[in-house]
Amino acid sequence: MKFGRRLTDGVPSRALWGLGVLLLALLVAPALLGKYGLSVLILVLYFAFVGQAWNIMMGFAGQLSLGHALYAGLGGYVAAGLFFHYGLGPWAGVFVAVAAAAAAGAIVGYLGFRFSLAGVYFALLTIAFSEFTRLAFDHWEWAGGSGGLFLKVDATVDVWNLRGGPLLFYYLILALAVGAFILCRALLESRLGRYWLAIREDAEAAQAVGVPVLRCKMIAVVISASLTALAGVWNAFYYNNLFPETAFAMGRSIEITLAPIIGGLGTLFGPVVGAVVLTGLGEAFTDASEYFHIPGMKQIFYGLALLVIVIYRPAGVWPWLADKLGIGERRP
Amino acid sequence: MTSDFLLSLAQAVTKGLLTGMVYGLMALGLSVIFGVMRVVNFAHGEIMVVGMYLAWMGFEYLQVSPMLSLPVIAALFFVAGYALQSTLISPFIGRPEHQQFLLLLAVAILLVNGCLAIAGPDSRSVQMDSQFDSYELGPLVFDAVRLHAALAAVAIAGLLWLFFTRTRTGKSIRAAADNNMGALVVGLDVRRLYAFTFGVGAACVGAAGALMITIIPVTPFLAAEYTLLAFVIVIVGGLGSMTGALMGGLLIGVSEAVAGLLLQPSLKSMVSFGILILVLLLRPQGLFGKSGT
Repeated sequence: MKFGRRLTDGVPSRALWGLGVLLLALLVAPALLGKYGLSVLILVLYFAFVGQAWNIMMGFAGQLSLGHALYAGLGGYVAAGLFFHYGLGPWAGVFVAVAAAAAAGAIVGYLGFRFSLAGVYFALLTIAFSEFTRLAFDHWEWAGGSGGLFLKVDATVDVWNLRGGPLLFYYLILALAVGAFILCRALLESRLGRYWLAIREDAEAAQAVGVPVLRCKMIAVVISASLTALAGVWNAFYYNNLFPETAFAMGRSIEITLAPIIGGLGTLFGPVVGAVVLTGLGEAFTDASEYFHIPGMKQIFYGLALLVIVIYRPAGVWPWLADKLGIGERRP
Repeated sequence: MTSDFLLSLAQAVTKGLLTGMVYGLMALGLSVIFGVMRVVNFAHGEIMVVGMYLAWMGFEYLQVSPMLSLPVIAALFFVAGYALQSTLISPFIGRPEHQQFLLLLAVAILLVNGCLAIAGPDSRSVQMDSQFDSYELGPLVFDAVRLHAALAAVAIAGLLWLFFTRTRTGKSIRAAADNNMGALVVGLDVRRLYAFTFGVGAACVGAAGALMITIIPVTPFLAAEYTLLAFVIVIVGGLGSMTGALMGGLLIGVSEAVAGLLLQPSLKSMVSFGILILVLLLRPQGLFGKSGT
């Protein structure tokens, strides 16, 4: 397979073996882990997946979005709303959901790029759209308003309507995370990927040598928003409830950015490693803070951990870890 | 009917203008820090909420009015801001934005949860004797606390203006903001000036917090909202412009109050975000910012 060969081109065979073993371990993990272990692993995979999606925009193309909750929220609301009101199953609804988020991404992206907003200004535009949408959903009857939208919890497993237990959602998010990983690798190896890196490093120079800057940025935001919408759909059906206050929250957007930043921006493994580190720390701190009985203790630990990481490993954990392990990912 | 409506509209505008002055002072701190160091303070609202809590504690435990504890809080915040800049933030100047963002996000998480751990999640407010006093000007009624807070905010902004235009340190800071390299060449201690600037910015927002607690109760969860609000104001007014921050504060204060009257109170920030989007697209340097930046 030509495509397969290009994906693995230049990757040392022991790295491929390692990945194979990891995938196998993840496939059999539910049999070995208890209920709690599985729920933690689900979180890790979810953050790895949305992190990968966000990384396309920021890590590859260099566009700082702090409003990705918009795409996750839209995706979730559209699929859940169609299911709730019209009984349209999520496997069909997901197409509408992704289309809606892609359209939103295209609008935000086009406005931002066309009016050449960069850095903080672009980030604020993304926040503004996300907050605007949050307030709109707060007052939108169809979506349940601020009271929220609830999906009926069913004991029966019904794969066609995404009704079922953690096991179903585990394999779904695993498939999504693996798919996104392969997609990102393919993108990085493609001409488009090279264009993105050129834009990230110096947009003006890229423009000067003939890179279609606006089009490449648009593709980045549309792919990123679409993948994030998939995560939103998954999220809505896994948790069975949606509130504008959480679905479109600033905190949700920030949460999406953390794994790739902590792990290593622009790297393939960054979002994955970041998701492992952050989820691991989060769980450890939940346990540790139970000794204190002080509100906010867990978050204080979390804040301290972030502070330590950003001070000592500002480029992320993965590049440093890969170096230590002697399997340095070629930093694109 | 119409005259009733006009009166309530005028009343809302007055209220918005007074609140807007305090907003302006809060945003001024953010604008000063960004204008000089190009560091985006994502912990701005959190710093203000700490100021609100300190003023509340002073009132609750020591029976000191927030107006009197204000100078103490401002001084404390100046020292804390100076220390924060010279230790944590200084190495991050000139680094990529996402790293600064993560650093200040960590600071924000620590501050807001520190408040939560110490003061709990309940909403805290200051009940002063002047709470229900008001002044009347023709048919318009001014809440006393709101008017006092607004006047104090304007006075502090005036002091800040004097500092930046009349003192040697203030002028040096402006020089370093205009031309960092030039400032280094003529021998200014830019690192110290930066620390000073962060101190001044923090003192501003701390003072704004002490004023804010007299008009709005505080909870830790308000912090993120205030960070966003401060950003909306400075972008609308023009990031790095002092007049812009104050005018932006007034504009957003009025738009919130009028939106609360004409639409619903819960929709008030939707109007602010709408204004933000328009300004970003049509006039990204802000309404009062210099063009070409």
